[in-house]
Amino acid sequence: MAKSLFQKVWDAHSVRKLANGQTQLLIGTHLIHEVTSPQAFGMLRDLGLKVAFPHRTFATVDHIVPTDQFVEPYADPLAQAMMDELRKNCADYGVTFFDRASGKQGIVHIVGPEQGITQPGTTIACGDSHTSTHGAFGAIAFGIGTSQVRDVLATQTMALGALKVRRIEVNGKLRAGVYAKDVILHIIRLTGVNGGTGFAYEYAGSTFDAFTMEERMTVCNMSIEGGARVGYVNPDETTFAYLNGRPYSPKGAEWDAAVARWKSYASDPGATYDDVIKIDAADIAPSVTWGINPGQGISITENIPSPETATSADDKAGIIEALEYMKLPAGKPIKGTKINVAFLGSCTNGRLSDFQEVAKYIKGRKVAPGVKAIAVPGSQIVGLQCEKLGLDKILVEAGFEWRAAGCSMCLAMNPDKLIGDQLCASSSNRNFKGRQGSTTGRTILMSPVMVAAAAVTGEVSDAREVFHVTNN
Amino acid sequence: MALAKITSVTGRAVNVPGNDIDTDRIIPARFMKCVTFDGLGEFLFFDVRKDTTTGENTNHPLNDPRFKGATILLSGANFGCGSSREHAPQAIAKYGFKAIIAENFAEIFFGNSTTLGMPCVTAAREDIAKIAAAIEANPQTEVTIDLEKLEVRFAGQSVKIAQRESARDALVNGRWDAIGELIDGLPDVKQTAAKLPYMAA
Repeated sequence: MAKSLFQKVWDAHSVRKLANGQTQLLIGTHLIHEVTSPQAFGMLRDLGLKVAFPHRTFATVDHIVPTDQFVEPYADPLAQAMMDELRKNCADYGVTFFDRASGKQGIVHIVGPEQGITQPGTTIACGDSHTSTHGAFGAIAFGIGTSQVRDVLATQTMALGALKVRRIEVNGKLRAGVYAKDVILHIIRLTGVNGGTGFAYEYAGSTFDAFTMEERMTVCNMSIEGGARVGYVNPDETTFAYLNGRPYSPKGAEWDAAVARWKSYASDPGATYDDVIKIDAADIAPSVTWGINPGQGISITENIPSPETATSADDKAGIIEALEYMKLPAGKPIKGTKINVAFLGSCTNGRLSDFQEVAKYIKGRKVAPGVKAIAVPGSQIVGLQCEKLGLDKILVEAGFEWRAAGCSMCLAMNPDKLIGDQLCASSSNRNFKGRQGSTTGRTILMSPVMVAAAAVTGEVSDAREVFHVTNN
Repeated sequence: MALAKITSVTGRAVNVPGNDIDTDRIIPARFMKCVTFDGLGEFLFFDVRKDTTTGENTNHPLNDPRFKGATILLSGANFGCGSSREHAPQAIAKYGFKAIIAENFAEIFFGNSTTLGMPCVTAAREDIAKIAAAIEANPQTEVTIDLEKLEVRFAGQSVKIAQRESARDALVNGRWDAIGELIDGLPDVKQTAAKLPYMAA
């Protein structure tokens, strides 16, 4: 019978049925970071348990690391305590730790693929909701809570019910100035922030076929923002080419066997899906959010919604609450909204191609006076790649601060935070109230090139106009 | 490790209305700079419970003395969306809540809560409104979530609730924390792992 990749990977990793009907699912690869793992190790110690497969857990540090301080102890003693705890836990239990001294540290969802740890046909879990990123490789990757981190450490499995599978097909060529970020913002706008609850998303169609791995990662990364815990793209030659030669990728004869196996996991033609959505790539425009969840998005040419045009009472209440928080005028263009901060980075858009694309357009331009602009590579390796290409210089010349790898201003766990009601043009993934560290701080999500355009003009802008974008 | 069989939860309730209440709202990230979950309860909904400029309490329902000591939380749709942080249900539980009734829940939050033995049940919006009206009229109203009959009883009324069967089964049979069962399966885990080349040491 024709099966989807989700079904094949699920079947291959199913250990047994549990008493409540859930499946004990083998988690082949476990990624951990400093925020959601210390309590799990604490529980292991309390229960007197060992790590069952220490060679299948990999750690890095990302959320709390200062991006402008390298020498420990960190100014924030709590951040230092979390760092120390992770270091100790990895040493005590024999877990590989990509510490800053290794030169391989970075955001966990950038490090896994970069090292070749993220592979097709595998199951991956991490105590972080953006773990769906790894699905770009044809892996089934779950964001999990800390008790499940404990479960995976102790048994390399977790208890889970199977998900339904929705195929989201995007076909055609994206218009000039439209990026992977716009594709996922468009999808979330269509499905709503909880439309994906209970589903794994299979992203497919000619647009995804043509995407690079980094573009696929950007889309899979934000699956959870649409409520889907898992999002994936079937593995293909693009996937294999990316993985070839990476530190943890199979080598020699093992490589050929691995590729053959990986191919076999791809969804069969004729596989059945619980739902299918088809989108025409030409319908997708450069997108920005205007509200307080990632589903509250519009194209740059649209007006900010108004409560009067709401489609339901819920929608109306949502618009009123969002506009009040965002201090944005109903019914007016979003274009021209003044910004205070521009943030380039995060597990969504902190990869080499993101900085390359920005550098291409921002070269010779200047960040508008009064705008604080920071560029934060997603990993030390991304940072180094950018520096070798001179991208850091282009960004600094334009007025961006070039920082060290970490989650930075995506979330409020390190010194990079908004102040007061600053408005941030951000390449990150969440625009929740207070997300970027100020309880009144405001976030507008957009693609990195749109962030660059906003940085240059000092206001939310159409990058196609600012940079005269004619093709991608 | 024997776990309690959670067949019902009875207590007073408080309504925190709204849809898409996200995990950053439930527990702002800055309070996650910790290596244990202890003490998270006091930071529950912190940024909406405190005025950011004055530091004074806002009119958030959790600040309303009439609902002090409530152990059942009512809310709207897509409760707990966003991050996978278990700090969110931990903060709710450590604050003193034993169960949540909402229109529906975000996936990861639901699983995290169940694993803590904190039932998340869904009810129709109009039924949640009935419970909310009853507790508003009399904050002392005793509310009972019955996981066996799948109903909520309060002030002489009852409304239907739903819960994913795997979660309900786990709660009422005292196996909501799967760790014991997962450990029992370790010999099978090794067999499954042996068939997957990437699992080799």
